[in-house]
Formats: sequence, C-alpha cells, structure tokens
Amino acid sequence: MMPGCPFIHIIRKNEDVYSQILRKLFNESHGIFVGLQRIEEALTGKSRKTQLVRVSKNYRSVIRACLEEMHQLAIAGKDPASDRQFSIQVSSLSAMELIWNLCEILFIEVAPAGPLLLHLLDWVQLHVCEVDSLSADVLGSENPSKHERFWNLVTVLVLQGRLDEARQMLSKEASTSPTSAGMCRILGDLMRTMPVLSPGNTQTLTELELKWQHWHEGCERHLQDGTFASSPHLESLCKIMLGDEAALLEQKELLSNWYHFLVTRLLYSHPTVKPMDLHFYAQSSLDLFLGGESSPEPLDNILMAAFEFDIHQVIKECSISLSNWWFVAHLTDLLDHCRLLQSHNLYFGSNMREFLLLEYASGLFAHHSLWQLGVDYFDYCPELGRVSLELHIERIPLSTEQKALKVLRVCEQRQMTEQVRSICKILAMKAVRNNRLGSALSWSIRAKDAAFATLVSDRFLRDYCERGCFSDLDLIDNLGPAMMLSDRLTFLGKYREFHRLYGEKRFVDAASLLLSLMTSQIAPRSFWMTLLTDALPLLEQKQVIFSAEQTYELMRCLEDLPSGRPVRGEPDAQPLQDDDVEATKVEMLRLALARNLARSIIKEGSLEGS
Amino acid sequence: MEEIYAKFVSQKISKTRWRPVPPGSLQTVETFATGSWDNEENYVSLWSIGDFGNLDSDGGFEGDHQLLCDIRHHGDVMDLQFFDQERIVAASSTGCVTVFLHHPNNQTLSVSQQWTTAHYHTGPGSPSCSSAPCTGVVCSNPEIVTVGEDGRINLFRADHKEAIRTIDNADSSTLHAVTFLRTPEILTVNSIGQLKIWDFRQQGNEPSQILSLTGDRVPLHCVDRHPNQQHVVATGGQDGMLSIWDVRQGTMPVSLLKAHEAEMWEVHFHPSNPDHLFTCSEDGSLWHWDASTDVPEKSSLFHQGGRNSTFLSHSISNQANVHQSLISSWLITDPAKDRIEITSLLPNRTLSVNSLDVLGPCLVCGTDAEAIYVTRQLFS
Repeated sequence: MMPGCPFIHIIRKNEDVYSQILRKLFNESHGIFVGLQRIEEALTGKSRKTQLVRVSKNYRSVIRACLEEMHQLAIAGKDPASDRQFSIQVSSLSAMELIWNLCEILFIEVAPAGPLLLHLLDWVQLHVCEVDSLSADVLGSENPSKHERFWNLVTVLVLQGRLDEARQMLSKEASTSPTSAGMCRILGDLMRTMPVLSPGNTQTLTELELKWQHWHEGCERHLQDGTFASSPHLESLCKIMLGDEAALLEQKELLSNWYHFLVTRLLYSHPTVKPMDLHFYAQSSLDLFLGGESSPEPLDNILMAAFEFDIHQVIKECSISLSNWWFVAHLTDLLDHCRLLQSHNLYFGSNMREFLLLEYASGLFAHHSLWQLGVDYFDYCPELGRVSLELHIERIPLSTEQKALKVLRVCEQRQMTEQVRSICKILAMKAVRNNRLGSALSWSIRAKDAAFATLVSDRFLRDYCERGCFSDLDLIDNLGPAMMLSDRLTFLGKYREFHRLYGEKRFVDAASLLLSLMTSQIAPRSFWMTLLTDALPLLEQKQVIFSAEQTYELMRCLEDLPSGRPVRGEPDAQPLQDDDVEATKVEMLRLALARNLARSIIKEGSLEGS
Repeated sequence: MEEIYAKFVSQKISKTRWRPVPPGSLQTVETFATGSWDNEENYVSLWSIGDFGNLDSDGGFEGDHQLLCDIRHHGDVMDLQFFDQERIVAASSTGCVTVFLHHPNNQTLSVSQQWTTAHYHTGPGSPSCSSAPCTGVVCSNPEIVTVGEDGRINLFRADHKEAIRTIDNADSSTLHAVTFLRTPEILTVNSIGQLKIWDFRQQGNEPSQILSLTGDRVPLHCVDRHPNQQHVVATGGQDGMLSIWDVRQGTMPVSLLKAHEAEMWEVHFHPSNPDHLFTCSEDGSLWHWDASTDVPEKSSLFHQGGRNSTFLSHSISNQANVHQSLISSWLITDPAKDRIEITSLLPNRTLSVNSLDVLGPCLVCGTDAEAIYVTRQLFS
C-alpha cells in the first residue's frame, strides 16, 4: 500500500525466498537439457541406454545439490517464516528426486528381475537417511551394544538389506554378552550366507532362486527349533529375514513409509521379483502399511502409478501436485527420448512432451531474467515452438542496446526476419527521437530497412536546410557501402562529397557530381532548388567550370522545376516574402546560367592559346 | 590449461574484473568483482578465490570462489573497473556512474561517490529527464572516463563532484567502449564501426583521428590496447571479427581475423604476456589466442587430449611499413611464417559469455547461464 493513499495498492510478484537456489536448478538443468537434445542424433544402439541413464543421473545430481543447499539454509535458522518456506521446498525437492529416481530405475534403466531389486534397495537406502546419523550416534558412544537404540540400528540395517554392517553390530553384541554370543554367531552366519545377486555375477536367476529357497528353509528351521527363543530381538530379526509380514509391520516406525516396507518385503520374500509383478506387491504393501488408518497421499499415488508402469498417470499426477512445470517438463522430455511415450494427441495437436515444454518455457519468459533459457526450450518444440518464440520475443522489454543486441541475435539465428525488422524499427525510432541519428542509421542498416534509412536521410537534409551545415559529419563522411541501402542515403552521401570536393577546390569534379545528382534523379525534387543554388558560386567563378553541354542540362533542370508554385508538401499559405526570394533566386540563376553559357561557348569554340 | 571451476550464482553476470595486485608485491591474484544485469535487483559483488588451507596434490588450491560481499546496484551493470585496490567504478544502464569502496576489515561495500546524470538524452522527442545507459568506463588513477549511448564522453576525477570535461555529441551513434592510449589520449569505438582518438589536451570537440574499416560498417563492441606498445589496439565487432590496428599507420586495420559466430563482447591482451589474447562472445565461447613465436614446430599429435585448437594465419589487408625495432607479433605481415594458435577454454557450449578478465595465471569469466568460471592455471 502506498503510504497515505488508501486506494492504491502496489502489487508485486511474491518472489519466493528460495528462488535464488531454484534459479541454479533452472540454469544447470537447461545445460543438461540442451546437451541431451544435441546428442540425440548420436545416440544409437547399446550405448544409448547408458547415455540416457547418465543424463538422468545428471539431472538428479543437480536436484540433490539444490536440495543440499536449501537444507543448509533451512537449518541455518534465520527466521521462522523463511525456515518454514525452505522446509516445504526441501520436502518438495526431495519428493521430486524420489520420484525421478524410481522412474530412472523402472523406465530408463529398465532393470530386469534380479538387478531390479538391487536398484530398489539403493533407492531406498538413498532416501531414508536417518540411518547414518543413528549409526554415528550409536557407534560413537562408549559401549555401542549397550546403547538404547542399538537394536533399532541393527533392525534398520537388516531392513535395508545392509547385512554386512548388521553382522558387525552383532559381533559387538557377541563380544560383550557371552550368553547370546552363540546365537549372534548363528544369526550372523545366516546373514552372511544369504544369496544375493551381485553385479557381474554370472549365475542365472533360477540358480539364485534355488539357492535362496534353500537358505530360506534353513532360516525357517532355526526359527522353528527355537534357536533364538531366548532373545526376542534376535528372534524378530530372524522373522524379518524370513519376510514375515507381521514382524515387518511391527517395525513400522523404523520403516517410516510403505515403499521401504515394499522393498524390504521383496528382499526377504521375493528377491527375483519381475518388474511387471511389482504393482501387485506395491498395492498390497501400501494397503498393509496404511492399515486403513490413513489414505494415500499424492506422493503415494504417484509412486503407485510408477510401479504400475503407467507413465502418463505419473506425469499427470505430478503436474497436478507440483507447483511448477520444471519437473514434469524435463522428466517427460527424457522419457520421450527413451521412446516411451506414445503420441498422445492433445486438443491442439502437439504431443505431451511438447505441451509441457511449451508451458515451462512460457513460464520462463514471464521471468525478467530467465527468458534466455526459454529460447532454447522453444527451439526443441517442433510444432508450436517457433510460433511461440516469435510471439514471446517481441515482448521482451529492451532497456539497453546490449539487451536488444542479444534479442536480435536470437532472432537472426533463427531467421525471424519479421521480428528483427520490428525490433530494429522500434530502436531506430527511439534513437531518432533522442537525436541519435547515427544509431538510427545503424539500426536501419541492420534490419536492411530502406524506408527508415530514407527517413533518417531526410532528417539530415532538413537539418542542413535549416542550419546551412551538416551535423554528424563523422557519420555521413564514412557511410561506406551502407550508402546503397536507400536512394536518399546515397544522395546524402554524394551531396556531402560534393561539399567536400568544393572545399578542396576541385571545382570541375564538384560540378560534374552536382549535375549527375540532378540528372540521375536521385535528388528529391524538393531539393533541386538548393542544388541549383549551390551551383551559383560555381557559375560565378572566374574560370569556366561548366561546359556548354552541362549548362544546357542545368537550364533544363531549372525549367523542369515547378516555378512559382509552392514546394510539394508545404502548406499553400506561403508568406509573400518566400515567393519573392524564390523568384529572385530563379532570376539570378537564369542570369548566371546565360552568362556561363556564353562564356563556355566562346571557350569551346576558341583555339588553344587565343 | 586445466582445471576450470564453474559455479552457478543465480544472477546473469555482465562483467568480471580481477582486483589488481600492487606492482612489485608478491601477492597472488585473489579477488575479483562481478556485476549482474537483467535482474530486478542487480548487485556488484566481490568474490575470493583465496586459499582455504587446502592444497591438492599439485600444490594448487582447491575449492570454488566464495562470495565476500555485495551491494545493490540500480540498473544493469554495464561496465566495471577497479579504480585502485579498494575502489570499484561501475557504469549503470540508468546513466549513473558509481564508485564503490570496499572495507576489508568488515567485508562490506559502500557507495563512495556517484555521478547520477553522467549520461542522458536530449532530443526534441525525448522527455526532459531521459537517461541513457552508460556503456563503458575506464580508469587511470585519478581520472575516470565514461562513454554512453548518448554519444557523450565524460572525464571525471575522483572526489570532484562535477565532470572535469564533457564532450557532448562526440558521436552520432552509440559509443560502446573506451580505453586509454596514452594518458591524455583515449580511443573509443562506436556502433558504426569507427575508432576515434580523442586528445584531452586539445580544446575542441573533434576527434584527433578516425579509423574505420572500408567494408560494411560493422559495429565494434570492445577494444583493448596492447600493454607495452601503445599504438597496437585490438577490437572486436558484432560479426565476431577480431581486428588488430596500428593507430600510427593509416586508417585501416593491420589484420582481420575471423573469430566468433556472434558478437564479440570483450577482448583482452594478457597484461604480462601480451602475446596472448583472449576473446569472449555471444556464441558462448571463450578463446585464447596465442601468438608467441617461441614455440617450436608442433605436430598435430600434441594437440589431442580434449582441446579444440586450430591454426589460423593472418589475413592481411594492409602492407604497412612496420618499424623493425618495434615488431609486435600481432603486427607481423608475413602470413606464411606466423601462426596463431587458438584454443577454446570453456568445456561446453553455454549461453553468451559476457565478460572475461586475465591477470597472472588466472582467468575469470561470467556468462548468461548465471555461471562464473575461474581457472588458476592458464599457462600450464
């Protein structure tokens, strides 16, 4: 609100505090996006998948970097309001990374059964990061196995499939508590012998299945024999490793979300799960975990859609729940490169990828500074990109010449001649109004705008008529080939040359130039009187400059002039004095021409030396 | 040239400048200033690449550049120069010229002096207080020269409230850049492709010399003078062409080198190794031109390993009489004998590189992709 005025409100965009960091996201991802489009042609065959996975990981690392930075700011604790904003944004970004990671595993990496579980384990480990702080806590204490959260740590490690670390914990427990040493050793052995598919392992899936089945039965036997009966912790660990759902659900708090539950469940009951069976387990895990107490949140729906391999649903849900188009635009573009999106005809004929990119880029153009990024996005929208760019680029406010030059360069690189012309015209008009005729001329040369060049030249000529001398000689003297842009400009240049020749006393050259200016019709009629008046001193020279032929030409020009009538374009009401002056000039001219004619005839008719 | 560090800084960078190192001191290059543009709030910032106590295996320093301090600036930062160790002069798109003072003890910047109406338009159609962007500034303690879109040249002196000298309508087009030739003489380039030399000892408002290309009047955007030879000047144009001029000889350039694909925004001779020249352009590349002739014949194998380099010979447009005693490798007229080696320094194509600066073994540049690149090992 303006002070003192109750009715006027100043409206400003609420530029969010965290937008500084988001700008880095936009800029870095722009670089990755453009790089992806450029290598598209080179992507073939086997290396294609690895390249695309690398691009996906690049995107994710950019998101993580922003996440880190924002997290640092959130905990720095400047003030509660911005802290809350930061925290909201942090959770939003981390949800984005979670979804992207899952999409990378399922759609881009397209992991088959076997490696699929390993990737899902990595995914969960990456996103549930309380483990590290808990581990540091427990291990840092004097007597780790007596720490109150020791068993929590061991359980969480088992839930995440980090069995080696769990075994180390157990050995610590074994060394401090001899009574359970035996049981710890047995459990540790079970952990060690669990068959896992390690990358690079050559065993087939069936082999793995068989081994795992065998190991599973071994665990069952131990449980039924009551080996761990005396230690409830160890027993529940064994049950978890058997994939017992009830035991897993007891650890809801440590699991913290249903997809962790899902992955752990798969790890210990169906390690060779196939991708297309995932959604069964996902749905049941979600239902079991929520237990009818709460309903799924948007994030849960998105992940479910991903497990069901319904890409369109993923994108649709993300578009609804996220506040800007950044995420869906880039993800869709990447998935499109993986050739996963069928063309989905939307009402205006472009496909989903293009629609999202257009939305994102239009949003960039609304930003005062990020419009340069938007240009590249429009470039890669084959159907409507060019048209959108044409409309947006003309509306960028041009406060300095440097910005205008950048905009013009964008247009010229894309052969948008109409836009170039219109922008140059605006700049040239501004320059003319500010009396910067040289700038105006250089803009009209850039746009190859002959009409404007004519306008500028007319200004110069008018100034000359009013003041009797040229302004901006540095410009007119050095026009160079630009003179050819418009007739008027050529005339201006030649006229100035005439003055220069006259100044250098090269009268004969000056005279023939002057004559050619009139006879070649490039001089505007309105200016002929001035030219003829300029001829007067040449006619009055002691020596004869104009030849007879030339004098006849001059006389003809004089007669061609509408004598006594007002000059074209001027109002009819002319003060009588002007008419008088005009008439006198014509008289003087006629006299001078006649005299010159006489002298030149005589000179040409005489022999040399007489 | 190895390690180049990039950092995204959330503002488009229009100018980057190294803080000068006092002559004769053993200080290393440590601090640079940047100016931003096209933001609703622009900033002039100071950054440090100083050592953070970490040495990597080669003995170089690790880590990116860190922000020391910044200060709001009205309008785009069109040009930036260090006046001395503590003071920075900034030219604004509002026509204002500001001198900022850096306080090292509490790491802040403050405004020390300001000339708010250094550049303005006065035309029949322009409103009475119409400001014009100030496009270039150059300092030579205690004098500051500024040029702008209004075609005006101002000579200021620090701590004087008014301009010492103003040349109105020095040019009918926009003056893009200015540099000192000798102390009372400056050289300006404009948007109709002319170089003009002005002598402040003379009273009139006319340039003492005008040089231009004969061909199309391509606007010239940047200019730099050879550090040791005051008659050798390099300019960069809107078509990306690099021209080397000898201002004593005639009115045409000595060589024209086809360089970038778009406007060349800045050209710099290396201050202590003037056989090296650096240019940056709207096309997103930064080139290092090496004209040193002490390098033996190179085989092509030497240049593999991830660098783009090409050999280019001079194209000469003017056979001038060159004084043999003052031969500069930039003015040599024998095309067959001399080659310039060109290397592109930035790893990926990016948006426009707006500015660069070199000092010692360090180079800094800023781009429209909101990133600042620094390298500390230019000549490795």
